[in-house]
Amino acid sequence: MARVVVDVMLKPEILDPQGQAVQRALPRLGFEGIRDVRQGKRFELEVEGPVDDAALARIHEMAETFLANTVIEDFTVHVEDRAGS
Amino acid sequence: MTHPSPATTPAGGPSGRSNTRIGVITFPGTLDDRDTQRAVRLAGAEAVPLWHRDKDLKQVDAVVLPGGFSYGDYLRAGAISRFSPVMETVIEQARAGLPVLGICNGFQVLTETHLLPGAMLRNESLHFVCRDQKLRVENAGTAWTTDYTAGQEISVPLKNIDGRYVADERTLDMLEAEGRVAFRYLTGGDTADGYGNPNGSLRDIAGITNEAGNVVGLMPHPEHAVEPLIGTGRTDGLGFFTSILKKLVNA
Repeated sequence: MARVVVDVMLKPEILDPQGQAVQRALPRLGFEGIRDVRQGKRFELEVEGPVDDAALARIHEMAETFLANTVIEDFTVHVEDRAGS
Repeated sequence: MTHPSPATTPAGGPSGRSNTRIGVITFPGTLDDRDTQRAVRLAGAEAVPLWHRDKDLKQVDAVVLPGGFSYGDYLRAGAISRFSPVMETVIEQARAGLPVLGICNGFQVLTETHLLPGAMLRNESLHFVCRDQKLRVENAGTAWTTDYTAGQEISVPLKNIDGRYVADERTLDMLEAEGRVAFRYLTGGDTADGYGNPNGSLRDIAGITNEAGNVVGLMPHPEHAVEPLIGTGRTDGLGFFTSILKKLVNA
């Protein structure tokens, strides 16, 4: 079993009011010096079988059609824990 | 004193009796399917309930995707319902000209299917907004808006948290140039009550249409403004349902 992580973030040009709300709260809590915060989503996929090129291509397709809406979001795929390695 | 229940509302409305069948889809989490069915009947058409698992549209003449929180909106609003069996058929037939109206969550589903461009995001205020909303009808030539006039101002309820319409500048310019911004939030001087843009939608867009004019989506809820006794106390929303009925009867 291997773990593949898909990170989804709003595109840089899209306003992220959730991130802004978090950023505005930081000085109140005593955390200074953070100029900007953007909030995204992280999907952790436990994959059966080997994470080979074909499996990664399927996950890429999954991210592109379903996990992210590419009209507004970018995504990255990376293998975090390859079984047996 | 007796009150007519939705189930017994006759199929003859302001436009007279009709055999026109308008499907209303229910997904898990849909809230406004019954109100939408009622609006369809009040306009004079037959409301046909459709279930998200059915691929068959039961030979309806048009489809409404009502408001609510389909599949809990867990991934993104409308993202999971977009892959339901019924939507496979809706997407295919909408491309072939079937009239489709998406209200609120239904609008979100239509952007997720890419039948309509752009996407819906969390309101700029981050608050759930629920109020009567003034709109201007910009395009009275779609399948769902012919009973309005371009420039007409209407008031219908609005209730959403994911109502911020976004698209890139090129898409927005294209929508404007082709007259595909169907409705805008009224933000002029006559809305000193603060009922301007409720969610940060780009260019105050409340609703859009596809190129052919058969697919329309909007965030506010016309189905909640079809009887004088409830909602806004006005019937400004009934025009959506009478428009489509006339179009189908005259087709």
